[in-house]
Amino acid sequence: MSGDEKRPLPKRSAEDKRDFKKALTDVVPHLRAFARGLCGRPDMADDLVQEALLKAWAAQERFEPGTSMRAWTFVILRNAYLTDMRRNRFRGEYDEGVAERILTAPAGQEEPIHLSDLHRALLTLPAERREALLLVGAGGFSYEEAASICGCAVGTIKSRVGRARAALTSMIEDGDIPDRAIGDPSAHRAILEELDEVAAGRGETEPTR
Amino acid sequence: MSDRGKNGGDGHDKSGKMKAGGAVPVSKPDWADGLKQFYDSVVDEPLPDDLAALLSKLDDGASE
Repeated sequence: MSGDEKRPLPKRSAEDKRDFKKALTDVVPHLRAFARGLCGRPDMADDLVQEALLKAWAAQERFEPGTSMRAWTFVILRNAYLTDMRRNRFRGEYDEGVAERILTAPAGQEEPIHLSDLHRALLTLPAERREALLLVGAGGFSYEEAASICGCAVGTIKSRVGRARAALTSMIEDGDIPDRAIGDPSAHRAILEELDEVAAGRGETEPTR
Repeated sequence: MSDRGKNGGDGHDKSGKMKAGGAVPVSKPDWADGLKQFYDSVVDEPLPDDLAALLSKLDDGASE
């Protein structure tokens, strides 16, 4: 994921490319889930996945075989998301109808909170906390892996996850979930401001930091 | 799919300290399963045609 500049990239054989493509194909559902959690709208999330797939394919010689394809592609998707957010492409709009259909809980399973409420609440979180919670709480990444994906310290990820959990718990317990997550201009502005910080500082994963 | 769930689903494998008692809600609030469920529900969706088509195109491009 880092330090590729220091040595020449190996030329990949046709077999390498096949393996790469297989691994890439296998993580597409995970990329879709991560993207959906990040940007809310399924159609936009899939656009983001397409973008990330093309970038991953173009950069495949940087992928180190034997490392996690899911983590590697999540970095790419995350950076694409940050870039697009800064261009104001995603507004974190929430598609109620689609979400209702998608987020139906499996039969027989207890549903302590309606999943569409949970998703809406999730979208109100600052981007860096949202992604931390998605990676650890939904994607099953360890704190260490999530820190590597986000290019920050493990302690930072723990703190972001903790704050995200506290915020969601508070919103859910108080029933204080906005109707429209980021339709609220002030919420959207807050997210963009936070993104400025993330992208300008340690948001984009860089090997040098 | 291969590495899905390798950390036991909720990412607490490293700390693990809350597991024994089971009564401490801090590390695993009521909605935590919902978050995982949300993620898994998207993972389990069939791949949309446009993404499948994109993957096929990548295949073509690799042959040269």
